Amino acid sequence: MCTYATEHADVSGSAKGPGGAWFRVTDATVYFDHPVHALAEHTLNIDLADPSRGPSARVGVELTAASARALMVAIAAALDSAPAELTA
Amino acid sequence: MRTMSDAMTTRTIRIVGHRDEEIEAYLATPEGDGPRGGVIVIHHLPGYDRGTKEIVRRFAELGYDAICPNLYWRIAPGAAPDDAAAAARAQGGVSDEQLVGDVAGAAAYLRSLPTSNGKVAVIGYCSGGRQSVLAACTVDLDAAVDCYGKFVTGTPPEGYVLQVTNLVDQLPNLRCPLLGLFGNEDKTPSPAHVDELEQLLREHGKTYELHRYDGAGHAFFSTNRPAYRVEAALDGWERIERFYGALLGA
Repeated sequence: MCTYATEHADVSGSAKGPGGAWFRVTDATVYFDHPVHALAEHTLNIDLADPSRGPSARVGVELTAASARALMVAIAAALDSAPAELTA
Repeated sequence: MRTMSDAMTTRTIRIVGHRDEEIEAYLATPEGDGPRGGVIVIHHLPGYDRGTKEIVRRFAELGYDAICPNLYWRIAPGAAPDDAAAAARAQGGVSDEQLVGDVAGAAAYLRSLPTSNGKVAVIGYCSGGRQSVLAACTVDLDAAVDCYGKFVTGTPPEGYVLQVTNLVDQLPNLRCPLLGLFGNEDKTPSPAHVDELEQLLREHGKTYELHRYDGAGHAFFSTNRPAYRVEAALDGWERIERFYGALLGA
C-alpha cells in the first residue's frame, strides 16, 4: 500500500546535506511509505529541509518501522539524560 | 505497429499543461513514420523517476509515442526526482485540477505529432492509477489503465496533507474503456475496494476489464522493490499490450 498521511514539524537546527555541506533546517516532513533506497517495502521517512533553499536542501532518512521506534527511544533517552534546564 | 528493431528516440521536452503553463516531460518515440497511437504515463507519488521513464520507453518499444509529464515541475524544476517528490509531498502533492490540465496538455502534444493517429491512452500506477481514472473521466482519451490506484473508491481518512478524494462521483463520466490491474493482497485498494469499483462501473454501463492477482500486493509491477511479482507483472503487461492494441490502432 501507499500511505498519503504526512506529518510536519517546524524544526530549528542544522543538517549535513548535499555535497557534505552543513545547512540550517527549518522543516521536518515525516511519513510512512515506500522508500527510495532502503530495502524494505515501507519505511518511516524523515526529510529535514530548508524549503527556502530549494528541493535539494534536504537530508532524507528511510528507516524500518522497528529501527524508527528504536531511534525514538534513543532520542527520548538522550534528552532525558541531559539536565532539564538545558532541554527546556 | 511494433517496430522490429525496437529502435526509438528519447527526449526531455517542454509541453503546455494546466493553466497554459510550461512543464517538463519525458518523450519516447519509436522509429518509423506511423501512424500510431500515443500513451501518457502518469508517474507515481515518488516522482518522475528512473522506473517511470523505463515504462515510457517500454511503450515506445511496443510501438506507441509515449510521454510522461513531470507533475512536480512547478514545485521543483530541475530537482532530482526524490528531492522533487519530497518537496511535493511537503506541499500537499498535486491537485486533481492540475493533474487533469497536465494530462490534457500531454494528450494534445501527442496528437500534434506527425506520427499520431489521433488515439491517446493513459496509464498510472499507485497514486497515478487513481489519476489515470480521474483523467479518463475528464479528458478526451481512448483508453485508460489503472494499476492498483488508491482511493478510486474507498474513503480517505480526514486530515491528510495530500489532496485526495475518491472518484465515486466522477465514474459516471468515464469517457473510455478502463483496464484495472490489482493485487489481492493489497490493502489500498483492497479486494473490497475493487469490488466496489466493479459494481459502480457495471451500474454506470461502462466498458471495463478488471483483473486481480493472487499472491500479489501493491506495486507488483515495480521491478526494483520487494513487492515485485513476476507472474502478475508479466500477465499484466500482456493484458495492457492487448488492451491498447485493440483500442489504439489506426
